[in-house]
Amino acid sequence: MNAQSDWNAGHWLLRWRLDPILTALILVLMAMGLVVLYSAAEQDIGMVWKQGVRLGMGLVIMLVLVQVPPRFLQVWAPWLYVAAVLLLVAVWMFGVGRGAQRWLDLGVVRFQPAEAMKLALPLMLAALLARRPLPPGWIDLLTGVVLIVLPVGLIMMQPDLGTSVLVAASGLCILFLAGLRWRLIIAMAVAVAAALPLLWLNLHAYQKHRIMTFLNPESDPLGQGWNIIQSKIAVGSGGLTGKGWTSGSQSHLEFLPEPHTDFIFSVLAEEFGFIGVIVILLLYAAIILRGLYLASRCRDSFGRLLAGALVFMFFLYLAVNVGMVSGLLPVVGVPLPLVSYGGTSAVTLLAGFGLVMGLYSRRRFMG
Amino acid sequence: MRRNRQVRVRNEQAELGLISNRFRFLVILILALLLLLGWRYGHLQLGAHDIYAARADENRVRLRALVPNRGLILDRHGRVLAENQPAYRLVVVPERTPGLDETIERLAKLVDINADEMRRFQQQRQSSRRFQALTLKANLNENQVARLAIERHRLPGVEVEPYLTRHYPHAELLAHVIGYVGRIDTRDLQRLDRVQYRATSHVGKTGIERHYEHLLHGDPGFERVETNAQGRVLRVLERGNPTPGQTLTLTLDLDLQQAAIEALGQRAGAVVALDVQTGEVLALVSHPGFDPNLFVHGISQTNYNLLLANHQRPLFNRFLSGGYEPGSTIKPFIALAGLESGVITPTTRYFSRGSYQLPGHSRHYRDWRRGGHGWVDLDGALAESVNTYFYQVAVDLGIDRISRELALFGFGRTTGIDLPGENNGVLPTRSWKRATFGEAWFPGETVITGIGQGFTVVTPMQLAHATAALAGRGVTAQPSLIGAGEPLRMAIHSEAIWDAVFKGLESVVHGPTGTARAIASQVPVRIAGKTGTAQVFGVPDDMEANFVRDHDERPEHLRNHALFIGFAPFDNPAIAISVVVEHGGGGSRVAAPVAAAVLARAMELGY
Repeated sequence: MNAQSDWNAGHWLLRWRLDPILTALILVLMAMGLVVLYSAAEQDIGMVWKQGVRLGMGLVIMLVLVQVPPRFLQVWAPWLYVAAVLLLVAVWMFGVGRGAQRWLDLGVVRFQPAEAMKLALPLMLAALLARRPLPPGWIDLLTGVVLIVLPVGLIMMQPDLGTSVLVAASGLCILFLAGLRWRLIIAMAVAVAAALPLLWLNLHAYQKHRIMTFLNPESDPLGQGWNIIQSKIAVGSGGLTGKGWTSGSQSHLEFLPEPHTDFIFSVLAEEFGFIGVIVILLLYAAIILRGLYLASRCRDSFGRLLAGALVFMFFLYLAVNVGMVSGLLPVVGVPLPLVSYGGTSAVTLLAGFGLVMGLYSRRRFMG
Repeated sequence: MRRNRQVRVRNEQAELGLISNRFRFLVILILALLLLLGWRYGHLQLGAHDIYAARADENRVRLRALVPNRGLILDRHGRVLAENQPAYRLVVVPERTPGLDETIERLAKLVDINADEMRRFQQQRQSSRRFQALTLKANLNENQVARLAIERHRLPGVEVEPYLTRHYPHAELLAHVIGYVGRIDTRDLQRLDRVQYRATSHVGKTGIERHYEHLLHGDPGFERVETNAQGRVLRVLERGNPTPGQTLTLTLDLDLQQAAIEALGQRAGAVVALDVQTGEVLALVSHPGFDPNLFVHGISQTNYNLLLANHQRPLFNRFLSGGYEPGSTIKPFIALAGLESGVITPTTRYFSRGSYQLPGHSRHYRDWRRGGHGWVDLDGALAESVNTYFYQVAVDLGIDRISRELALFGFGRTTGIDLPGENNGVLPTRSWKRATFGEAWFPGETVITGIGQGFTVVTPMQLAHATAALAGRGVTAQPSLIGAGEPLRMAIHSEAIWDAVFKGLESVVHGPTGTARAIASQVPVRIAGKTGTAQVFGVPDDMEANFVRDHDERPEHLRNHALFIGFAPFDNPAIAISVVVEHGGGGSRVAAPVAAAVLARAMELGY
């Protein structure tokens, strides 16, 4: 770590305030992702290029955000938060999209305000809680909860269950890192557990059906259960070494739904087997651990809370997606971070890493 | 964000320590969850790999049965009588068709699906699984195929499938021999092997197609195919070719068949021509026929009603199922029995006065010629078909000896020809009468049995077979459509007896007073024959004379059936023939010329 301690004199990456290890790990992951995407997209090199360009744009945004000073973030956090909430309201009123309203059409660009909220909420909470000594008092806690519930509710109304879970979890993560008392955490967990039966009784029939299908997909093999059954077959049939790149029968014979987006991890598991799964999980683990290491070394509470929550959100993306395609979690439509085809989540995640590295680069130097 | 409202003193060190603790906990949580995910994938990919690998294969690999090509049917010279023609059909797989009913409506507009086809489709739909392809319309024409090809991408689950359909190029000519294939129905399913017929849609329903189904069908092949989630076949992994059915070469001669039908003309009737030595069937006609091609794709109600309404009953198989009184064609066999038992000799003479009475009975049994034939011996009795002569012979023989002789020639039982639906006919015996009517045999019944009236019923097939046995002097073979049978000795008589009967039968055609002398000039060789007339309904004996005279004035459906049996050449019999012309009137005038035309053609063809 000594080489990195003086970033002005070090590697060119350090001059750009980028962490060489994290950057390298992210680039390797993206490269592997493009390889899997080539197979999942039916060997359409055009799609790979398109995704490559999006990731490149994401990297540029990351590079820009690295340069933003933490003080600036802290001051502007409330305004960003308010802007993001207003955009969500706008989606609610004027949004476009098939089935669910998630997009805001700005003429040239179509924009998903929920994505902005993934950054704005952690910023807002970190800024709020860092104003006073930690652990937070009752007033800050209650304010924090309100700040979380408002956007999460708006996103749920779109409806976008996956994103609302991610946003809520990132917010809760900040409260947790900020030192929310264990007693309170346990009390909340008990309260949620107690509320579950009540919630079940108030669910619509189709919602119950969806949950039952998740618990036992074989009960509806051609309808709701189809995706999860076919995905598990893809994963399980991959075995130890897999069927080989571009040779997955489940992926290429249209059994697997959305093989290039939400279910790209099934393609990887089918074609590269358990070995491929372990390699990519280790890579993700390395990124997350490196990210958390950087977060824990930030200059102040604001930096640590924000960076920790952003890395934790990255982990949540991974856990929800990988859990979903293996049948551990219900299908909620969360992409595999930095690998699934599509630009929105990749840009948000890379922007998040930009913030993390920017905060870390302005750490306090010891000794 | 006013800092002066901070009341607590900020202990930065303690704060960062707290956050570090929470980070440590977060790392442990994340690692634990990652381990859980890793364990999950280990379970799916290593522990349960076999199960999921098998399910992936099940998903993509399907076993498909391949229909074997049906064997061709040829005539004895290799001319095609039944063949397989390429055709296209419209099939729908309900499972892959979203909005099945609307799709079918759209298809109905494209290719005009009639009510019959629609009804059949709905029936199939109820009795099959959702992933099975159901035929909506078979035998599409080019126009329809083209229209479907254009719309195909908009019609998921709908396919235009090539297949081979059975076609009978000679249509009516052979309908009752070849029969036809038709869609497998529920009754067929009960007798067919489901594995053998997995891919087969049609099965032989009648005729040769039915009898030799096991040879014609062949064995199905299989294909292991890889399919995608929609069930569309992507590639074939393994293929076992079907074994086509055997090609059947029949003994029939298309030319002779043609000649027989031409000879019958507009009249309904049957012609059977057999090879005397081998039993091979050379011509086999039931006229009028029908177009068997109509039945292959399911006959429409309109066409079927037309066939049923036709008073000549084209669907009725006359040579196999038609039961006729043999009339005078029975006389040669009565003569054989008489000679064998010594009741008569070739020179025995009786005086024909025009009628016959049993001693002590009042009923008169008439000759066909008013006033009778005078003194006749066996030769004359056969040549002129003298009824009174055979009344006397029959009475002297008694019914038991008559029955025994007729049984030798196969009357009263099926010939065993290789076609389904053969009629037994009736061979009258005492025991048969008791079993059927619960009555004893009356002497008067013996009298009319001597001239082929009363209870005796024969089919043209039986008559031809008996004639072949006669021509072979007791030896012929079981009739067959696919090859020579083993020689079969049916009756044993001395050469003198055979000679005496043969001479009489020669005189029928070549004698100066023979009933069929008119045809002598039509055939290049000498032939033996016997005419016959079968009553369509019994005429009370006091009116009989008038009726015979006025026969030609009767409405056609009440006229007698005309019969003829014969064989040629006389010196070395090769072909035996039987002819029935329904409502033709007299055997000599109507049936004999038909037989002559067929025999003449046979001689031309070199039999």
